Amino acid sequence: MHLTDEEKRMRDGAEGDAVAAAMDLLIRYGEALGAERLCDTRNVAGTMTQPSPAKAKLVEEGGWAKAFAVINLDCDDDIDVPRMRVPTCQLQHGFSDDAAGLSKYSVSNIELQGSAESYFSERGVNILATCTPYQVGNLPVRNEHCAWMESSAVVYCNSVLGARTNCEGAASTGAAGLTGKIPYWGNHVPENRFANRLVRADVPVESFQDWGMFGYFVGGQVEEERPAVIGALAQPDLANLKHFGAATATSGGVEIYHIPGITPEAPSLEAAFGGRAIPDAATYGPAERRAVYETLNSQGDSDDVDFILLGCPHASLDQIAEIARLLDGKRLRDGTELWVMTPRALRIMADRNGYTEAIERAGGKLLTDSCPAMSKAAPDGVRVFATDSAKQAHYLPAILGIEAWFGTLEECVSAALTGKWRGELAA
Amino acid sequence: MTGTLEFHGRGIVPGVVEAEALVTSETISGFGGIDVATGTVIEPRHELFGVCFTGKVLVFPGAKGSSGWSGFFQSTRLLGTAPAAFVFNVMTTKAALGAIVTRIPTVVGAAPDPVSTIRTGDLVRVDGDRGIVTVLSR
Repeated sequence: MHLTDEEKRMRDGAEGDAVAAAMDLLIRYGEALGAERLCDTRNVAGTMTQPSPAKAKLVEEGGWAKAFAVINLDCDDDIDVPRMRVPTCQLQHGFSDDAAGLSKYSVSNIELQGSAESYFSERGVNILATCTPYQVGNLPVRNEHCAWMESSAVVYCNSVLGARTNCEGAASTGAAGLTGKIPYWGNHVPENRFANRLVRADVPVESFQDWGMFGYFVGGQVEEERPAVIGALAQPDLANLKHFGAATATSGGVEIYHIPGITPEAPSLEAAFGGRAIPDAATYGPAERRAVYETLNSQGDSDDVDFILLGCPHASLDQIAEIARLLDGKRLRDGTELWVMTPRALRIMADRNGYTEAIERAGGKLLTDSCPAMSKAAPDGVRVFATDSAKQAHYLPAILGIEAWFGTLEECVSAALTGKWRGELAA
Repeated sequence: MTGTLEFHGRGIVPGVVEAEALVTSETISGFGGIDVATGTVIEPRHELFGVCFTGKVLVFPGAKGSSGWSGFFQSTRLLGTAPAAFVFNVMTTKAALGAIVTRIPTVVGAAPDPVSTIRTGDLVRVDGDRGIVTVLSR
């Protein structure tokens, strides 16, 4: 891999041990990928503060510098961690003190994360603490080279915003924060961004649920490839595409998609494919839609629901407002919990607008920083949960060993009020 | 078995190891796909559901799902439950970084297709220095 003089100086230690370790990791990583060079980035979204048993052990051995060296730089040396060279943010991590006592999630993890926030924010890491940084202060511009983790954020960044990022990890984002470099490979290269698969919806895709199910279908169809999607698609909003992209990156590994006429790199179907031949479309019809619904609902037997999870990926202000409207003046059934996950910045807006109060008056919780899947924690004794998120319905049963139902927001709220799942796929 | 089965690809993490193969034709998810404490696959609909990969040569098409992939496999290294080697077909950032931070010999894109040729239980040598995978016995 070609290195500039500046990159060689970093590798050779001119900017200290931590930057040298970061460059060493980027070189090993870039060469494994077969990248020809690195590129400059000034937008890094990674994870340093999320507690884990392995991390707690490292912190005990050598403090946060040790944990950062091993986990974020793949380096076993004792190093000092300097300030990040370029703007860097923390994505979602574990539960914070607003969730203390709501589950078996340990107080020691909450404290460990608090100490990590102090350590890393002193080194220039913005604690956005969300899987949706684009909602709360990190909105890349078109063509900007980014180094982001979080598959649902990566696919949104590439597809909806037209910025360029691969699906990075804790180590590559740690190294990118310290160097402002990332391998120029994959989605950074313009010719790798064109669509190479076509999926056509023959049934209307309109609602939040429709977009999630369609995304889950598309991901299963194309796996790691780059779909253009066409057909009976209504104008999506932020929440729809947030759900759609997260689902494509759950059933598959989609990092970029195009919707001709909607997403920025696809003014037309031809443009989405970069003028290359357009393949035959895989079709999403009534049978495929039904099959997706049944897959997402194949993890539940009991219709006695005791937990509702909303806000995956983290809820937008509009979604919170809608939840508050549906819960206003109502009361959750005894023994049933409802959590809504959102970034802390939007929680403040929800407080200001009275949404938090409406949700809490009904017995629900508006929580920040994390989600049950990230923190492996839900209310004590939960056996059956319901969600409006295809991603959370896919992951949470495996992570917590509980049953799952997937449906609309209205069905989820109804289950919260009655304790019964009555979801059905609308014709 | 007659003759030697040998697969040539690209070594992306150096080192040589001999161990039993664990083969799947399905992509593997890190977050929500594996339990790092026990080194087992926990994705309910996966054909390796409940199977432990610790100390095995994991032969698979590639990585899917969350960007936590590399971090989860790194945790298997830190907790002593890691595979002995990776052999996979499709290069992605998740799998490349995952192989590096798991620090196990890794060969990518080998021919003929290891996933359809190597069988679970085969004794396999993975040479990450030269990019060669060899079936020693089955």
